Amino acid sequence: MSDAVTVVTKDTFDQVVLQSQDIVMVDFWATWCGPCKIVAPVVEELAKEYEGRVTFAKLNTDENPDLASRYNIRGIPTLMFFKEGKVMDQVVGAVPKAQLKSKLDALI
Amino acid sequence: MYDVIIIGGGPAGLTAGLYTSRARLKSLLIEKGFAGGQVMTTEWIENYPGFEDGISGADLSRKMEKQATKFGLEIVQGSVIDISMRGGIKEITLEDENRYETKAVILATGSNPRPLKIEGEDRYRGRGVSYCATCDGAFFKGEKLAVIGGGDSAVEEGLFLTKFAETVYIVHRRDRLRAAKVVQERAFANEKIKFVWDSVPEKIEGDDSGVKSLHIKNVKTGEQSSLDVGGVFIYIGYDPNTGFLKDLVNLNEGNHIITNENMASSVPGIFVAGDVRVKPLKQIATAVGDGATAAIAAEKYIDENL
Repeated sequence: MSDAVTVVTKDTFDQVVLQSQDIVMVDFWATWCGPCKIVAPVVEELAKEYEGRVTFAKLNTDENPDLASRYNIRGIPTLMFFKEGKVMDQVVGAVPKAQLKSKLDALI
Repeated sequence: MYDVIIIGGGPAGLTAGLYTSRARLKSLLIEKGFAGGQVMTTEWIENYPGFEDGISGADLSRKMEKQATKFGLEIVQGSVIDISMRGGIKEITLEDENRYETKAVILATGSNPRPLKIEGEDRYRGRGVSYCATCDGAFFKGEKLAVIGGGDSAVEEGLFLTKFAETVYIVHRRDRLRAAKVVQERAFANEKIKFVWDSVPEKIEGDDSGVKSLHIKNVKTGEQSSLDVGGVFIYIGYDPNTGFLKDLVNLNEGNHIITNENMASSVPGIFVAGDVRVKPLKQIATAVGDGATAAIAAEKYIDENL
């Protein structure tokens, strides 16, 4: 696991995600989820490509069920895009990197 | 230059890789997601011989991967967008523009869940609409759910969902199931499962928080009704992953690849294994057989032609 993607929990979510000045992409995932394993390396790559422009975070839904239900997570992986504490967009399931890039580029 | 490149890392592809590696052919497997394919997202497998108590899909996938790489199979992650021919040599291009040359190709690209194509399906995808009970089931504790379909996948995943859900409606267009009898018996004995026969889904409705109901129609009486459910899990079949192969190999009307009994496609040196080809039964047990046959056919092709 690289340092490019910040692990967030219920204790750090407000600070890292909601109070950030950057666009933040959060990867909601769990250890037992196959498709999450497809998305994780893509998120790592994006984190390197967008370093300094976008914050990347990942949240384990098993360990943080309250946050998962606050954001109505019904399937993982869910990638949620935040700007100034608000959800701007979201993608569910393993999608091609190009699709994630276009969503990020639209927000920056 | 590789001897064999295998596209797809499910049971068919991994078995092909095991056999080609043991034949000392320089072998590469290209997988777009994760080794195991659909098996990876299957909760529990109890019809694959050798595991008398059953085995989780994730464990079986890892074991198959380890066994193949132990004999020298290389695995890379990538999405193949093109296969072109230069004489007997095949050139494979990935989405990231990497290119590989090989003498023989084994296509084991498998299939993907087929969508219902009804209103609300795309809109609520990931917010109650799911094609993967093992991925998403845990988010529906104490809720009512609908499963669409009547085959093995539908009924097995319906049973899995009863771990979390209060009620699981299995909505099936016919009045009897196609699933294996032992699976059917389990479903009929499970009090949380309710069957909705002769019915097809028409529309999925919801609000900002996700799915709220599924509208269904009885195909015999025409009667329309609705189920109050928080999730709809869709298991009506699978479409083969042959999009990038349309102009290369012969497909049938369902877009599956046509092969002979040696797993050869219409193009010399391109072999096929697993769910992506035309075959009567799509199981792990049949996929591994295809993989072994394709591998040995590829070895013979290289020996005789290149």
